[in-house]
Amino acid sequence: MHDSDSIGIVTPRRIHFDTPLSLKSGAVLDSYELAYETYGELNSARSNAVLVCHALSGSHHVAGVYADNPKNTGWWNNMIGPGKAIDTRKFFVIGINNLGGCHGSTGPVSINDKTGKRFGPDFPLVTTSDWAETYVRFADRLGIDHFAAVIGGSLGGMSAMQLALDAPERVRHAIVIAAAAKLTAQNIAFNDVARQAILTDPDFHGGDYYSHGTFPRRGLRLARMLGHITYLSDDSMASKFGRELRNGSLAFNYEVEFQIESYLRYQGDKFADQFDANTYLLMTKALDYFDPAQDYDGNLHAAFTRAQADFLVLSFTSDWRFSPERSRTIVKALLDNKLNVSYAEIPSTHGHDSFLMKDDYYHRLMRAYMDNILI
Amino acid sequence: MTTQTSKPTLTLRADFATIAAWIKPKSRVLDLGCGDGSLLHYLRTKLGIHGYGVEIDARNILACLENGINVIQSDLESGLSGFESGSFDYVILSQTLQAMKHTENIMQEMLRVGKEGIVSFPNFGYWRNRLQVAAGRMPVSQSLPYQWYDTPNIHLCTLHDFEQLCHKHQVNILEKWVMNGNRKIVFLPNLFGMLAFYRFSHTSQV
Repeated sequence: MHDSDSIGIVTPRRIHFDTPLSLKSGAVLDSYELAYETYGELNSARSNAVLVCHALSGSHHVAGVYADNPKNTGWWNNMIGPGKAIDTRKFFVIGINNLGGCHGSTGPVSINDKTGKRFGPDFPLVTTSDWAETYVRFADRLGIDHFAAVIGGSLGGMSAMQLALDAPERVRHAIVIAAAAKLTAQNIAFNDVARQAILTDPDFHGGDYYSHGTFPRRGLRLARMLGHITYLSDDSMASKFGRELRNGSLAFNYEVEFQIESYLRYQGDKFADQFDANTYLLMTKALDYFDPAQDYDGNLHAAFTRAQADFLVLSFTSDWRFSPERSRTIVKALLDNKLNVSYAEIPSTHGHDSFLMKDDYYHRLMRAYMDNILI
Repeated sequence: MTTQTSKPTLTLRADFATIAAWIKPKSRVLDLGCGDGSLLHYLRTKLGIHGYGVEIDARNILACLENGINVIQSDLESGLSGFESGSFDYVILSQTLQAMKHTENIMQEMLRVGKEGIVSFPNFGYWRNRLQVAAGRMPVSQSLPYQWYDTPNIHLCTLHDFEQLCHKHQVNILEKWVMNGNRKIVFLPNLFGMLAFYRFSHTSQV
């Protein structure tokens, strides 16, 4: 299928950083690399840069396709491109693979120069604040004083918020989609079950499965299956699968009987083929740790006092992982700080995953907001 | 396929100027039921106010974003819990009061969130309305352009009715302006006024 407003063929790049990075955990990374992609042109005033932060399982491959793999389309290709809601004719759009990721940036699968072996479990846990620092350093290297906008959904939305808090003078607009100001006990609980699936897999070997020539595939697959359930809604699963049987009748065994089982297993398998288990652990921890109000006695209003950006906050009605109520908490903190903010709840049936879907109203809201950003 | 949308044309209603006359420059304004953001746009251009609109209708929210107006999606019927007490200089409810279910609650919420409230509503006591009722029909007019079966207006009132409600809730009416088209009505406003404007505060603040 030809996508006329696709950015087309894109090329991932890498950038090396030699200045040691002190992480929130206390650990220090002496050097690291970030994988990234860019779409569109940086204007001469360097005022049109838009950073897109990825979610738990995303990457720097946000839009377009690879020349050697034309089926590998960026995860937000429906949103970004020439003439699309985030218009690459106007904006210079940047996707960065977060530190700790498994798509090219330094992470658990990378070789640790000190040992000559993969980091594995020795890779330090990272937080959204650590990522914010890497975004700033990245911007410095590209000569970008401030981002016209920083945009993300889910964990990406939290990363965008974190950058707006940690480097307020560098973010003019922040678009926070399907996110929350912190995870609830239920959110953390889901993440921990996912982690336990990986950590207790006999092939995990304390995270050093690389040197054992194994991979905790069963654990990662289960983690993803569980996660996937929380990204969908009861209604969308009901309408897509219902109680439909794969072979038309009950088999009275533990093989795949219901279509939903088939779907989830497929999703789990697909994910386990392309994602690293240590990165999955690390990313879920970054989610759990995100809590900008923590240093302010839980007062989100106080936490946002340092923010300067204009905000657009979006939520989806069927998202129960990060419900509209959680977005309204963010909006309240922004209003209390007299920041410019707009908030919309988008009708949807797709649950948390709605932020990745093509929806006319959602995309028109994004387009309207982006169109009014002065560059 | 992407849809290219042109910006909606901002409407300039006659009542905007009346409301603007009551608002101090650079103040903080919350416009409840802000529509496409026209009033806030007008107030921002004329008076440099910092404002937010509250809307529930998806088309209006989109229009606000297209017009570059801060808009918060919220249902006025459930109050203004998303807004801090005393965080605005003015809370405006323009031609929406009569369509609300929880009339008393929104009046109280306006004065919790804002230092002053401003409402406008069609005066049911306007003589043309009275005439139609006297003739045995529900009124349909310029300010009440609906049939009884499709009207959103469920709490219509006269000037006297509104003032009585203010009295009941110890709301202090600071200023009142009654209009008929672009004309200000001073003589028998409850009979000759089509549209009523009130600026009010808590009695305790005066």
